[in-house]
Amino acid sequence: MASDFDAARRRLLKTGVAVGGGLLVGVAMSARSNPAGHAAMAADTFAPDAWLRIGADDRIELLIDRSEMGQGTLTGLAMLVAEELEVDVNTIETRFAPAAPEYVNPLSGTQSTGGSTGIRAAWEPLRRAAASARGMLIAAAAQRWGVAPQTCRAQRGSVRHDATGRQARYGELASLAATLRPPGEVRLKAREDFAVIGKPTPCLDAPAKVSGRALYGVDVALPGMLVATIVRCPAFGGRLQSFSAEAARKVPGVRAVLEVPSGVAIVGDDNWSVLRGRELVQAQWSPGPNSELSSAAISAALGRAVDGPGEVLAQRGEVDTALSDATQVIEADYETPYLAHLPMEPMNCTAHVQANRCEVWVPTQAQTRAQQEAAQAAGLPQRAVTVNTTFIGGGFGRRLTNDYVGEAVRLSKAVKAPVQLVWSFADGLQHDHYRPTNYTRLRAALDDKGRVRAWQQRVAGPRRALGGIDIPYAIPHLRVEGVNRDPGVPTGPWRSVGASQNAFVVESFIDELAHAAGRDPLAFRLQLLNQAPRHRGVLELAAHKAGWNAARSTGGYQGIAVYYCYASWAATVIDVDRDLAVRRVVTAIDCGTAVNPETVAAQLEGAAVMGLSAALKESIQIRGGAVVQTSFADYPLLTLAEMPQVETHIVPSEAPPGGVGEPGLPPVAPALANAIFAATGRRLRRLPLRQALG
Amino acid sequence: MQASGQDAQRTSERPAFMELAQSFVRRAIAVCTTTVHGAVCWCGTVEPSEGRLYLHWARSGQGERRVIAVRINGTDHQLRDDPATPLLWILRDRLELRGTKFNCLSGQCGVCTVLVAGQPVRACVTPLSSVAGQDVLTIEGLASSDGHPLLRAWLAERVPQCGYCQPGQIMTALALLQRSPRPSDAEIDATMSGVLCRCGTYQRIRRAIHRAANAPGKGS
Repeated sequence: MASDFDAARRRLLKTGVAVGGGLLVGVAMSARSNPAGHAAMAADTFAPDAWLRIGADDRIELLIDRSEMGQGTLTGLAMLVAEELEVDVNTIETRFAPAAPEYVNPLSGTQSTGGSTGIRAAWEPLRRAAASARGMLIAAAAQRWGVAPQTCRAQRGSVRHDATGRQARYGELASLAATLRPPGEVRLKAREDFAVIGKPTPCLDAPAKVSGRALYGVDVALPGMLVATIVRCPAFGGRLQSFSAEAARKVPGVRAVLEVPSGVAIVGDDNWSVLRGRELVQAQWSPGPNSELSSAAISAALGRAVDGPGEVLAQRGEVDTALSDATQVIEADYETPYLAHLPMEPMNCTAHVQANRCEVWVPTQAQTRAQQEAAQAAGLPQRAVTVNTTFIGGGFGRRLTNDYVGEAVRLSKAVKAPVQLVWSFADGLQHDHYRPTNYTRLRAALDDKGRVRAWQQRVAGPRRALGGIDIPYAIPHLRVEGVNRDPGVPTGPWRSVGASQNAFVVESFIDELAHAAGRDPLAFRLQLLNQAPRHRGVLELAAHKAGWNAARSTGGYQGIAVYYCYASWAATVIDVDRDLAVRRVVTAIDCGTAVNPETVAAQLEGAAVMGLSAALKESIQIRGGAVVQTSFADYPLLTLAEMPQVETHIVPSEAPPGGVGEPGLPPVAPALANAIFAATGRRLRRLPLRQALG
Repeated sequence: MQASGQDAQRTSERPAFMELAQSFVRRAIAVCTTTVHGAVCWCGTVEPSEGRLYLHWARSGQGERRVIAVRINGTDHQLRDDPATPLLWILRDRLELRGTKFNCLSGQCGVCTVLVAGQPVRACVTPLSSVAGQDVLTIEGLASSDGHPLLRAWLAERVPQCGYCQPGQIMTALALLQRSPRPSDAEIDATMSGVLCRCGTYQRIRRAIHRAANAPGKGS
């Protein structure tokens, strides 16, 4: 896919000159490396994250270090380029970068797509790179025509000299431009001149996706490729004791049945042979150290853990004194469950191990880690591993963990052929790296005027569940403590990570305090947010658009919540009816400059669906050290019929872009719980809500 | 939706020849059966509307598999695969039509939905034998006609996010529109709830179906 481009790029790194009859511009996404985003520089001083190439054939290619899993980053990045380069965004071809040291972001130390960073990391450097390229193309035209560069302008993929009516396409100028020095100073377009940024723009990959042409991991097909699946021990940490492979080996098309670290692998010519073989493998497992693990035991242990003190995560004032002096103390315990990611594309990886090299094709959010996993499994140095990133059929954080990469590489090495490993659905559900559970105890003090004097929050759970706690309210005495307890269930980042669960806790409890104080939940919040204008901004916008208060006259009930994470602010109002059916979700976001409002809307809609699905239905249950659920029948997701009307609104802003993929999700669960309280007077403090409702 | 998968499974349990015969009865124009040698039969059926000849080879003996004729996206295929092979793997592994995606492999998620004789089926639980002599339409077939109204509607409403479930969504919507050219929200909800989307494109799917239903010159 990117191989020609990548080869040209590697030659450039080596020689420091442009090749291939075009202009090649490197882009440093990190502020610490070359901030100007300069062209064709010596490799030892320049570590770019993205590459922009303008070919003599007028092709404009953008090679980027980000994965595309539906969040629209490829389109957003292409828009940044189109804006400054003065080209139609649809003429830009985007390609996924291979794993390579030059794509590693020095700030995170890894090449990955997560944390809603795609657009905000690229905002300045990518535009500067495109502006640099534009400047060089103009300079090339000016040189060719013998005119001053200031008298030329770039428009729609050409440079024009209005005085003489001359014009030249970028492709005609690219080779000459490549010989010029990049401009030292780059001037970015003024905001009022934006023609692309801020305009709702269809995703560039949509035509391929609606026609079945987009290449996902499972669509990779190599000559001589075998396919594989793995039978795994249901229990976490269990070991294979013995297995019988005779029956499976007799299935026509099955080539090998072999023990691997994670269980028993069946390798064969095609998927149907392998799946039939899988049914015939008899494996005996030793349950391992977690056999006593159950949801009830985990809940009880974390519930005990909040009795004791924890590590102080945030503190101001004198919480203990304020609580003991208070006229009214409110206390509550909250609990959130383990959650599965369940993207629609199964976990998979295609690997080809040869004598001194290894190549993998994988839908991954983390190229560096995929490369490390593959190198370790292949017994090769990391640089001997080529990582090809495909389109991703849903990530949500699951594909930041690359366990399937090492498995595929081991299999390819064992059978000496390219192997495509595809996990079963049940394995995806039972061997996920789950959004962790947590258990929180809160105490708050109200004074006689109903003002919040003190807030004490202690949360117990795995480390990842102790983060993402945003308490923006002006409360004089506050302490947040975390008790790091990992029950042993594998965990990983799940869309918005700690914020996905701690928003439910914080925004439900502040709602409790509002009601205890006899105040309107919106007015109560706004009063405590005097020093938090962007929290206020999204709250006011969401409340206004949702008709806060007005809806009550129509027999509906509303709940509201606001949260900050990943450099953006989001507020959600949810309407439920008497039967607690969710009628409408209104979300407002302040994500700074909305580069592609279309993507922002889509991501907020998606966050509403995933947030509702989790809030209403989802909970991984553990028994005997294993996940109980095996299918969509017992781990149901929200369906189309349950989809309420979702409205999204963007706070106009000229601030730099914030994150978009994740911030819409955290306020959904508390807004729903608060709406249910408004409707029923029942305060639900445990997710999922449908279970709590009984 | 669930029912079509179960139907398909039931079909697979019928004796092969019965099933073959039934498929002919359904097409019911001309059936000729000739014993060539031993237990090998050649059977043909001519469809009057298209004047096309289907040939089937059945053999009751061991070793050789009968040929199963299927027309996929307008192209005839003579397949010697295990008749129990799910249509999904015939499409993806045998014919390299990988536009049809998969996930649960148990007929629950709907991602692998294709049309067989105009009806939506879950390819992951539909044995090849049950589609013998039938017309199969996949996303590749739909997308081969330029600017199909349904695909245009999908693009206009900017439906896809990750895109993985969209071929299954689109094929399910196509069957709905063929059955009910102006579907109500309730019909859309009932039909489309069989196809899961983790990205949350449901609202846009609803809008895209309405848009396609109202498009001028729509058709299949």
